[in-house]
Amino acid sequence: MREITYRQAGNEAIIEEFRRNKKTVHMSADLPADLRQEFGEARIRVTPVSESAMVGAAIGLAGSGYRTVANIRMATFGFVAMDQFMNQAAKITYMFGGQARFPILYRMTNGLGSSAAAQHSINPYSMFMNVPGLKILLPSTPYDVKGLLKTALRDDNPVISFEHMGLGGVKGAVPEEDYTIPFGQADIKRKGTDVTVVALSKMVHDVLAVAEELSKEGISVEVIDPRTLVPLDRETIRKSVAKTGRLVAVDEACQTCGAAAEILSLVVEDTKTFERLRAPTKRVCGLDVPVPFSPLMEQYVVPDREKITAAIREVMAYQGK
Amino acid sequence: MPLENKELVNLYRTMLTIRRFEERVSKEFFDGNVRGYVHLYIGEEAIATGVCANLLLTDRIVSHHRGHGHCIAKGADIRLMMAEIFGKKTGYCKGKGGSMHIADFGVGMLGANGIVGAGLPIACGAATAAQLEGKNGVAAVFFGDGGVHEGEFHEAMNLASIWKLPLIFVCENNFYAVNTPSKYAIAIDEIYKRAAAYSMPGMVVDGNDVVAVHQAAREMVKQAREGGGPSFLEARTYRWHGHFESRMSTDSRPPEELAAWKKKCPVEAMERKLLAAGVLTEAQLKEMNSQILGRIEEAVKFAKDSPFPAPEDALEDVYST
Repeated sequence: MREITYRQAGNEAIIEEFRRNKKTVHMSADLPADLRQEFGEARIRVTPVSESAMVGAAIGLAGSGYRTVANIRMATFGFVAMDQFMNQAAKITYMFGGQARFPILYRMTNGLGSSAAAQHSINPYSMFMNVPGLKILLPSTPYDVKGLLKTALRDDNPVISFEHMGLGGVKGAVPEEDYTIPFGQADIKRKGTDVTVVALSKMVHDVLAVAEELSKEGISVEVIDPRTLVPLDRETIRKSVAKTGRLVAVDEACQTCGAAAEILSLVVEDTKTFERLRAPTKRVCGLDVPVPFSPLMEQYVVPDREKITAAIREVMAYQGK
Repeated sequence: MPLENKELVNLYRTMLTIRRFEERVSKEFFDGNVRGYVHLYIGEEAIATGVCANLLLTDRIVSHHRGHGHCIAKGADIRLMMAEIFGKKTGYCKGKGGSMHIADFGVGMLGANGIVGAGLPIACGAATAAQLEGKNGVAAVFFGDGGVHEGEFHEAMNLASIWKLPLIFVCENNFYAVNTPSKYAIAIDEIYKRAAAYSMPGMVVDGNDVVAVHQAAREMVKQAREGGGPSFLEARTYRWHGHFESRMSTDSRPPEELAAWKKKCPVEAMERKLLAAGVLTEAQLKEMNSQILGRIEEAVKFAKDSPFPAPEDALEDVYST
């Protein structure tokens, strides 16, 4: 199968779906030249640096029958439009009693790792998880980003896709033929029997590398990528933990009130899964500080392969009383 | 071109319907039948009426927290409105929205909104949809003198102007943002002058004179339909009730100011005009009033007879399926 980058795969999803459906509009503050050339000025719109106007206009377009993509670029810029995300996009379907559909895809880059400092580096998805009404994607591979974005472009709800800034150049196998990936279906990226590691976004790649290393010592790691946080595939995670008896959640986002906490909770509050646990569940997350600029500090505040390995060893070593 | 008698009568009927509807909502609130935040439009009826009379069913509007008048003027069903205000399952939003979130997408009413200024970006999207549809459709957005100080106002005004959107910005200046006088809150002497900063025509009109509002809006709608882009209409008026209905009055506006504005009642002014011109007789006015009261009585009966949603209905409509 051919290999393309994560960035190309995302772009292909937009192009293919815009060809399928003419009632589609794209908004971004930067001109996507290829899209403009194929689909024209009316549908491919460049906005001023006005995130609230862009996020809100997507709602008005969607409520008027147009499927809309709004590319916010960095997730930190999305904070400028929080009223439109949280009070409007998330709630309109519900507070109007479901009388209208709002098919919107918001794309934002999350993550850190390139000395972008605090205001250009963040993983804010758990904030959005806490406000019902938005669907949330965290694609980690070229295959996943294309399939998930295509599903988003056929879904009738506001969807936010968080695409890690460190993944854009990552290559992977992507079929040429049409395919979609259903929301709420986690992907078991590696099968294993000793410990379940749920990894989010770019962390999937680090966890897979660690799993490969640990396999040499006979530790069998099952790596689960939820792919969508809303809806979240609780079943696959619980089933895996029931099998392995151990859980580590790895997330680059700050630990407090994060998605990793939700993942641990859904395991420990489920009696059947809880009874199968052989060790305390564990999180490996970003430290609770704004992201620092200088590289040594930046690397220090996020999970790395060493920290992930240590956490897995710790749960494996647990003997109980 | 002066309005025909039939049009004048329609304007009057719409204003009177809004007035009687809201008087009844107020009564039901103080009788304990309506809960929550109810923001009444009494005193401001000429604006929604005059603007919406220029719109077609396929044109779209976006409203704000004081939205009953816009709903009625755009052709919403007062039975479904009343049921929503009562929190009933038969209401426009199945009881999930209440007074502040009534919408009827079927008549192009894209929703009342509890966040000041938030409707403007959404209206930009509705106007973009009208532009893409290419059928000379327009959108109008209503907001108060408080809304013009939100960032969303400025982003939306600018976006509408650079995209030449068919959008009428209607500022209902009732001189107070809750209790804060608008002259305190604005750095420029008159609100409509802000339109110049966005290269769009702006004008001020007596918001209690429905014919004047109608004529001003007619020109703006015509311009928008012809591809001439957005306009800004400041309509000056006064709200007769407090910011919202409440047993504990928080209204700190000078009583003599209210008394003076009551003498400029938009409904009575139109009534006098129709009588003086011989368009309607006293008997016909009386007949119209009793017809409207009959419809409102029927709406209240419908609301009262309707069931409340079941508690678990709260779980529906978070997402479109």
